[in-house]
Amino acid sequence: MISIKGLSKVFTFNNKKLTAVDNLTLDIKEGEIFGVIGYSGAGKSTFIRLLNRLEEPTQGDILIDKQEITTLSANQLRLARQDIGMIFQHFNLLWSRTVKDNIAFPLEIAGIPKAKREERVQELIDLVGLTGRENAYPSQLSGGQKQRVGIARALANNPKVLLCDEATSALDPETTNAILDLLVDINKKLGLTIILITHEMHVIRKICHQVAVMEQGKMVEQGNVLEVFSNPIAQVTKKFVAQVMGTADEGEDIKSLQEMYTDGKLIHLHFVGESTNQTLISQIAKKFPIDINILQGKITQTQAGGYGTLFVQMIGEEEEINKAVVFIRDETSAEVEVIENVN
Amino acid sequence: MLTDLFPNIDPQDLLEATQETLYMTILSLLGVVIFGLLLGLLLYLTNKNGIWENKYLYLIISAFVNIFRAIPFIILILLLFPFTEILVGTIRGPNAALPALILGSAPFYARLVEIALIEVDKGVVEAAKSMGAKTRTIIFKVLLPESMPALVSGITVTSIALIGYTAMAGVIGAGGLGNHAHYYGFMRRDFDVVFLCTILIVIIVFIFQFIGDFISKKIDKR
Repeated sequence: MISIKGLSKVFTFNNKKLTAVDNLTLDIKEGEIFGVIGYSGAGKSTFIRLLNRLEEPTQGDILIDKQEITTLSANQLRLARQDIGMIFQHFNLLWSRTVKDNIAFPLEIAGIPKAKREERVQELIDLVGLTGRENAYPSQLSGGQKQRVGIARALANNPKVLLCDEATSALDPETTNAILDLLVDINKKLGLTIILITHEMHVIRKICHQVAVMEQGKMVEQGNVLEVFSNPIAQVTKKFVAQVMGTADEGEDIKSLQEMYTDGKLIHLHFVGESTNQTLISQIAKKFPIDINILQGKITQTQAGGYGTLFVQMIGEEEEINKAVVFIRDETSAEVEVIENVN
Repeated sequence: MLTDLFPNIDPQDLLEATQETLYMTILSLLGVVIFGLLLGLLLYLTNKNGIWENKYLYLIISAFVNIFRAIPFIILILLLFPFTEILVGTIRGPNAALPALILGSAPFYARLVEIALIEVDKGVVEAAKSMGAKTRTIIFKVLLPESMPALVSGITVTSIALIGYTAMAGVIGAGGLGNHAHYYGFMRRDFDVVFLCTILIVIIVFIFQFIGDFISKKIDKR
């Protein structure tokens, strides 16, 4: 759907060159939610603005739906942009227009006749859940409602791609989740390809299929969300994963767990994908004559299934505990590690 | 009682003078708004990072605006006498004041327009671009509506300055309340006439201010 090759953007000011986006190459499949995460200044905002040429690329090719974006004339680009929706961190609604008229704006630009416009606007208002607020002005809406208008506006011309520039960064956590749910909803309903940039791992975790981690203009890591979560390689990725998993101080935790629970064995379970949905703990408790004490852990849901770690204490005959460990290792998709007692 | 307070007033003359003042103000205001909007838009669009960014064009327009704002109005009228004579055919009467009034105030309003446009949220302009809007659409459907309250209060401020200018133009023969106060009041030492003309001008200013504020408030949905 989207194919990016060797994309670069170099800013020059005061004769100094700054490479904001550095030779990016990546492919995004149709219907995918592709997340780009990075700290501020990583170049992710420039990256997403290159895709519809709000920022002119210095080098590289951008192929969106078989159309080469970088070589389009100004006029062709205008038409191409009508097929690429975009939503913004600060919503960027026209305060002088009502909800209805804001959503109608891209339709006016596309030259849709009035009667058809009104019909489409009503559809969109229902889709994003703003029914009844048609005639309100943006100043009368909450942040979440404003972003809903932004989304409806971006979807008005039935785009194939939706670009989200930090779309939830100005919202509180609860509203963020509601907007993310809406994005997943339209992704499924309309088969829309979504590219979003964010600095919150929570957003990636919750809705993205694929993730790319950006640092200093480069993609340092890329892959499907579960892979990157379970096996982060770059330092910056580890930091982001720790943001949602809280695994940064795991070493400390293991030590204190060992000190506190000296009976039996300490087991570290690692869940990636489907296995989390299985009833692992209760199965073991039924199958083996041992007691299981859940000590600490966190399991979280991503678009591709659950992911997380769990520390448990197994108390009972050593032989039975070993059998249970072997069972987990061989029969389930969870990874298991016995933490040797240093005492 | 009014005749006791203002013994030298000719109501018919005064009414005519008031009409002339309003005529000059409103007609020149129309010209000022058109030229001011045009110049202001050009200033905004040709400025750095503008849609039509053009350093030289910006400098030329900016210089024009600054020069005409720098010339004191009373001198501008005198300077424009030959031009006015060609354009209007006379240098006396309300119509003769119009070129100077417009040329003297349009640059002032142009700066107010430029400021109003700069205040428009860049993100909104960007959003319109991301939807594939033409420059014309951006001007008429984003920039102007989004800056409307500031544009209107700019018109209010400019119109009040214009009322002052018409009085000045009146002194050198353009008619209106300024003219009336000068010839029928000051020259004849009938200060009640001067005083009443002042009151009338103040009332006109108040009315313009009130209408301007009302509209500006009404259209502001922020």
